[in-house]
Amino acid sequence: MALDANQTRYLSRLEGKTYFLLGDEACAYGAMFAGCDFFAGYPITPASEIAEMIAEELPKSGGICVQMEDELASIAAIIGAAWTGARTMTATSGPGFSLMQENIGYAIMTETPCVIVNVQRSGPSTGQATKPAQGDVLQARWGTHGDHNIIALAPNSVQECLDLMLDCFDLADNYRTPVIMLMDGAIGHIRERVTMPQLATITHASRKMAAPGEDVFGGSDLVPGMIHYGAGQNIHVTGSTHLANGMRDVATPKVHDVLIKRIYAKIDKNRERIVRTELDVAQNSVARVGVLSYGATARPAYGAVKRARGEGKPIDFLRLITIWPFARQQVAEFAENFDTLLVPEMNLGQISREIERFVDCRVVSVPKIGGIPHTVGEILHAIREVA
Amino acid sequence: MAEPRHRLMEYLRSEIMPHRFCEGCGCGTVLNAFVNAVEGLGLEPTRMVCVSGIGCSSWIPSPYFKSDTLHTTHGRPIAFATGVKIMRPDLTVVVIAGDGDVAGIGGNHLIHAARRNIDLSVFMVNNMIYGMTGGQAAPTTPRGVKTTTTPYRNVEPAFRAADLVVAAGASYVARWTTYHVFPLMESMQNAMRKKGFGFIEIISQCPENYGRRIGLRTGPDFLRQFKEQSIRIEKTAGMSEEELRDRIVIGRLCDRDQPEYVSQLHQIKQEQVAAVAQEVAG
Repeated sequence: MALDANQTRYLSRLEGKTYFLLGDEACAYGAMFAGCDFFAGYPITPASEIAEMIAEELPKSGGICVQMEDELASIAAIIGAAWTGARTMTATSGPGFSLMQENIGYAIMTETPCVIVNVQRSGPSTGQATKPAQGDVLQARWGTHGDHNIIALAPNSVQECLDLMLDCFDLADNYRTPVIMLMDGAIGHIRERVTMPQLATITHASRKMAAPGEDVFGGSDLVPGMIHYGAGQNIHVTGSTHLANGMRDVATPKVHDVLIKRIYAKIDKNRERIVRTELDVAQNSVARVGVLSYGATARPAYGAVKRARGEGKPIDFLRLITIWPFARQQVAEFAENFDTLLVPEMNLGQISREIERFVDCRVVSVPKIGGIPHTVGEILHAIREVA
Repeated sequence: MAEPRHRLMEYLRSEIMPHRFCEGCGCGTVLNAFVNAVEGLGLEPTRMVCVSGIGCSSWIPSPYFKSDTLHTTHGRPIAFATGVKIMRPDLTVVVIAGDGDVAGIGGNHLIHAARRNIDLSVFMVNNMIYGMTGGQAAPTTPRGVKTTTTPYRNVEPAFRAADLVVAAGASYVARWTTYHVFPLMESMQNAMRKKGFGFIEIISQCPENYGRRIGLRTGPDFLRQFKEQSIRIEKTAGMSEEELRDRIVIGRLCDRDQPEYVSQLHQIKQEQVAAVAQEVAG
């Protein structure tokens, strides 16, 4: 949705400038460049700086930021606000993300565009509250109950914390779905140079709107148009299984089958449009070993790949920017000639299991937990074991 | 000859009638009072958003009331309604949901919405039981009652939700029963007109899953008891806790003017937008 006059005036003071920011702060600025109108959240380490930055800046661009009584209320409020036409978001970390799961399912079922930032920390439970982790990768995919699909993006730099927020809001509007910004505590809490985009160079997806009287929850397209509250169309939004017109029908098997398969397919069938990866192949020789990583871990992983190449080992590298939907085809092509694919991640091997489903080579998980990201040396050691 | 049509049918999604409430249920009475209150105030349903949760009384607005409706997850309607109201303060936002939803699983949202004094009207239909799931004990079930999950007897005292909301800081709070239809209607109008958090606890009946366990088999059985049990708040002065233990205190519990939450948020926004405009112009 195009920026309004207040947003444009506020952002015009920032565009093109370079700052030295936390990943969390860059995420907040990214939301504002994306045209976020409403933020609701609850304090939690290591995501609180997002709420703090937004609380200070969002009113200046004509938006509203509120602190709710908990994370259940935070996501509920942003879903309600989204139905008035607002671009909305919340930000949290593991414990709060766990609390949000039921209403993430509600947003999926009601096809409500919104953005949920999860700055992952070490778990389960309170875990190591101040330490980074990537332990919520599968929770982001399957945390809420029932069959569903999800979109999740993972930045690996402070600049990307800003840039990917624009993508998150666009994906949410394009596919009428909640989108997870899957940061981690390491990226959220490092400070790097960030250049604010030029307003003339950024675009914003338009939320598809339905004509008065048209169905808002079905029809010939995979993504139906919306009608916002206050338009006089008596829109009925429910988390129960519903007909294309929004009215509840929980008894007819076919109604559930059609609804859930369409909601699933709108992401599944657009996988190639959604998925983004970053490939860096070894020069002059065919690699038999690859490294795949994402988020903060991709940084030491890429460092280790470059060191290994320096030792004369041809190693290919792939970074997932989109975590979900999974980059099946890109990963399969990446690993086509490998004997071994190494997968460092700050968990006990979550994405590596997904990779095993799509490649023929040996997949070796390089896990690390405990709150300290992998070092280049640790990943290089893992490379030397197989190459 | 066309069938005669009730004047209030235009407020209802008549295409899905008849409704699904059990015989003798109080939800129909609450719907009746609500629609009359809306008509009496001259509110346009197209300028309203009705939000509900999970439970029988959440069906009063969704699907039956013809406006924009948001049928949310269990316990969370007030939190969803908060987002709607903040971004569309010009719309009248009403929450109708049950005691399990509003005072049980969602009790925290109720307390904080009242404390913020957000301009919502919350009509909590208190039938003292989890009716939709088959008659389990609720936080509002009186002590001593046998339910499916308190088969020997309930040892918990009933939650007095309206008193809680007064203490939490709401602008307008009342309690009525489904016997007191006309005062309830008027009270709903007062709540919707009030700039601030308006809350009505509506004591209602569930003959099917509560009444049959306490010897009140029909709707009228309940209404007779509500009539006998009720006492106007004005008449309770000087009465002891003990004397009031089995009574339903009805009437307006509070009505006060205080700063409202959403308008203050928008005030801050306008100040900050103006400051940026001045900076850019200067």
